[in-house]
Amino acid sequence: MITNMNHVSIFVLDQDSAYDFYVNKLGFKVHTDAPMGPGMRWLTVCPPEQPDLEISLMAINEGMMFDKESASQMRALVSKGTFGFGVFQCHDLLATYVELKAKGVIFKKEPTKEFYAFEALFVDDSGNWFSLGEKDKS
Amino acid sequence: MNEIQSQFPKIYLYRRIAMAKIYIDSRYWDHINLDTISEEASFSKYHFIRLFKQTYGKSPHQYLISVRIDRAKLFLQSNKAISEVCFLVGFESISSFTGLFKKVVGQTPSDYQKAQLTRRIEINQQPLKFIPNCFAEQNGWKKNSNFQEVSIV
Repeated sequence: MITNMNHVSIFVLDQDSAYDFYVNKLGFKVHTDAPMGPGMRWLTVCPPEQPDLEISLMAINEGMMFDKESASQMRALVSKGTFGFGVFQCHDLLATYVELKAKGVIFKKEPTKEFYAFEALFVDDSGNWFSLGEKDKS
Repeated sequence: MNEIQSQFPKIYLYRRIAMAKIYIDSRYWDHINLDTISEEASFSKYHFIRLFKQTYGKSPHQYLISVRIDRAKLFLQSNKAISEVCFLVGFESISSFTGLFKKVVGQTPSDYQKAQLTRRIEINQQPLKFIPNCFAEQNGWKKNSNFQEVSIV
């Protein structure tokens, strides 16, 4: 029986810039930052209230995972916002929205009361997008 | 923003509360009192505390402490002296810093720093211990298991 997820990957265009976005703008915590050889780095962050979920900010580099052409295609797909990677939650969507907007985060969709949830959509510094929802306050 | 203003007329309150949070985030090291923050947010002190707690689940004071402790953890990881860290994050006495740090983190600043520096050395020397096998294999890192030459301690 699978019980939970503890690692997930997000492909990013630049790990330094992603670090700034996820840590300084979203307020995530760095879990592990390990140099892995020239130009390579294992960088994981966690949402502040979910320290057991490591989000790996994976650089799209030519190497074992991607050949030159695939890396180029992947970078293009990420840049144009092809990938939606998940749903984050916050205690208060409007407060989080105005805070992130003030920090320069770009929203594809402003907070909207949908039939399924109260949600907004934001984009990271690479082009990946996420839904942002509000925890049930009841 | 105008569209959202019409959809949520009270969003201006959220803006003021969020600005207060950002103020704490950026001035955590300073002598901040509730009067200063509530003035910044244009609220009465009581109204401000109530709204802040309702929004973030912590009172402004509790939030300020949590930011200071989080920053202290980062400074301690970079091997700064405990006395320096204490003042860098806005505490006025080492004993109150140490006591509060232990209460929140469960370790003294000194023990926390030792543990973090040990972990940093381990990460640099044996990074594969911290990376799930599937990711290490996918990146070809298992073939090059000697990372000491490229690590920065």
